Amino acid sequence: MTVAHAHLRDLGLPPRDAEQTELHPHLNRAHVRFINLGKTYDGSVHALQGIDLAIQRGEVFGIIGRSGAGKSSLIRTINRLEQPSSGRVLIDQVDIGDFDEDHLVALRRRIGMIFQHFNLMSAKTVWQNVELPLKVAGVPKLQREQKVRELLELVGLKDKHQAYPAQLSGGQKQRVGIARALVHDPQILLCDEATSALDPETTQSILGLLREINRRLGLTIVLITHEMAVIREICDRVVVLEHGRIVEQGPVWQVFGDPQHEVSKTLLAPLQQGLPPELQARLQDQPTSAEAAVVLRVQFTGSAADEPDLAALFSALGGRVRLLHGGVERIQGHALGQLLLAVSGSAHGADALRQRAGRFAQQVEVLGYVV
Amino acid sequence: MWFDRLVQGALDTLLMVGVSSLIALLVGIPLAVFLVTSDKGGIFQAPALNRALGAFVNLFRSIPFLILMVALIPFTRLIVGTTYGVWAAVVPLTIAATPFFARIAEVSLREVDHGLIEAAQAMGCRRWHIIWHVLLPEALPGIVGGFTITLVTMINSSAMAGAIGAGGLGDIAYRYGYQRFDTQIMLTVIVLLVALVVLIQVSGDRLARVLNKR
Repeated sequence: MTVAHAHLRDLGLPPRDAEQTELHPHLNRAHVRFINLGKTYDGSVHALQGIDLAIQRGEVFGIIGRSGAGKSSLIRTINRLEQPSSGRVLIDQVDIGDFDEDHLVALRRRIGMIFQHFNLMSAKTVWQNVELPLKVAGVPKLQREQKVRELLELVGLKDKHQAYPAQLSGGQKQRVGIARALVHDPQILLCDEATSALDPETTQSILGLLREINRRLGLTIVLITHEMAVIREICDRVVVLEHGRIVEQGPVWQVFGDPQHEVSKTLLAPLQQGLPPELQARLQDQPTSAEAAVVLRVQFTGSAADEPDLAALFSALGGRVRLLHGGVERIQGHALGQLLLAVSGSAHGADALRQRAGRFAQQVEVLGYVV
Repeated sequence: MWFDRLVQGALDTLLMVGVSSLIALLVGIPLAVFLVTSDKGGIFQAPALNRALGAFVNLFRSIPFLILMVALIPFTRLIVGTTYGVWAAVVPLTIAATPFFARIAEVSLREVDHGLIEAAQAMGCRRWHIIWHVLLPEALPGIVGGFTITLVTMINSSAMAGAIGAGGLGDIAYRYGYQRFDTQIMLTVIVLLVALVVLIQVSGDRLARVLNKR
């Protein structure tokens, strides 16, 4: 018997889709699975198309895309705030598609959710907001008090329990939202643009809290965002959505180091070190003189033993190699580096230089020429 | 002598307005909740029923009170057994006040952020939990404000009920002030009515302010 079925039995609900588990043993561990999921509005607007995805237990999974890409619809199919038009959603191998209200209520108590605009009840105090999910579930008062106190402590707001949401800052409101979402000890936490309304500093503290919760409680976090920085900060894996389809997916370090799709590149652009403006101004499309240096952007996604050998790189390029700009950042233990090099006096043309550098790095681009 | 008459008139007015507004409150809130939740996209979606009830409410909202009162005379006789006096006025007053208040309460309920309903669903609230723990508490300041308006409007309408011999302050002002040119009584009644309206408005506003935590 799987964990999921044990849960359903606890709830007095019959197990479903036992055969699904037998057929795909390699997907047994998937916590959330989308199978050929589609969502159509008004019969013609395709919000989601052919989504196939498996989210593993305990991972922090990011869904990124521009606004209108379908992120919001996708995350809402997990707790059925959104009803898919086609395909299936499996949670712990159980198809939630034909759940009635009782099943849905039980399911939603196993899935916490936090929102961009926090969605706290304005007429209730912090305490009452966190208590509400327990209250409607009929949990006895003493247990409620214990649980609410515990969670307000976890999110660092125990001295604010009598405040109303209007008296709190954005970060504090989101902490209340997190406490409320965790009050039923869920196994999945859905984050709907949870940091998009917060300033960068508060975003960091909320992301830190989510990371801590993920580690301490071992719960699966699914988050949607349009900010790559959020993905880089806490996600293990990421999918990129565009027009309701998955256009790219993989471990975060991979998608960051070597984005394949145009949309991923666009979303990553603000994070990439651009050319220093002073250099940008000097850059030209064509060599204006014989001494003009070729400017190369060399990017490498180093796995452990794979950091580039600079001496070998330079000797392969030949001539005089100047370092214009460079940096390395580490994501999930992988080094992602970028060097801007100006090569002059080499025997090789721009194209040949690009190919030669390509032996040492994942991606090489000729940006132009400087004198 | 005329002092006793004024006291009696004031009590009659309070009784008419109080009873009809209380019934309007008890019937109007469920009506408003139904109008909001049965609408398209609501949690108890039932568009056909919603439209039917909406039309019914609009029907009563569009009839001027004086005409409604006369038109309802047979109905009133059926309910209270008479067409004369305070209780006979309570019937049309209630029927005018209920849809009026329901529409105002409906506006407050509609203003509740959809995100809150979504959050409630996500935390595992059943639909009646959403009404009880989210819609009503969040709309309460607006509903209190709406009830205040309803009370003031009913004081206004109750004066017209004097025309069918309902008694009350409006009736006294009409008979003594208008028909007998007794300016003193008329002015006294006006002062009383103004004081009553101000008292209701001020306490309603204060209560709404205390309840509003936004």
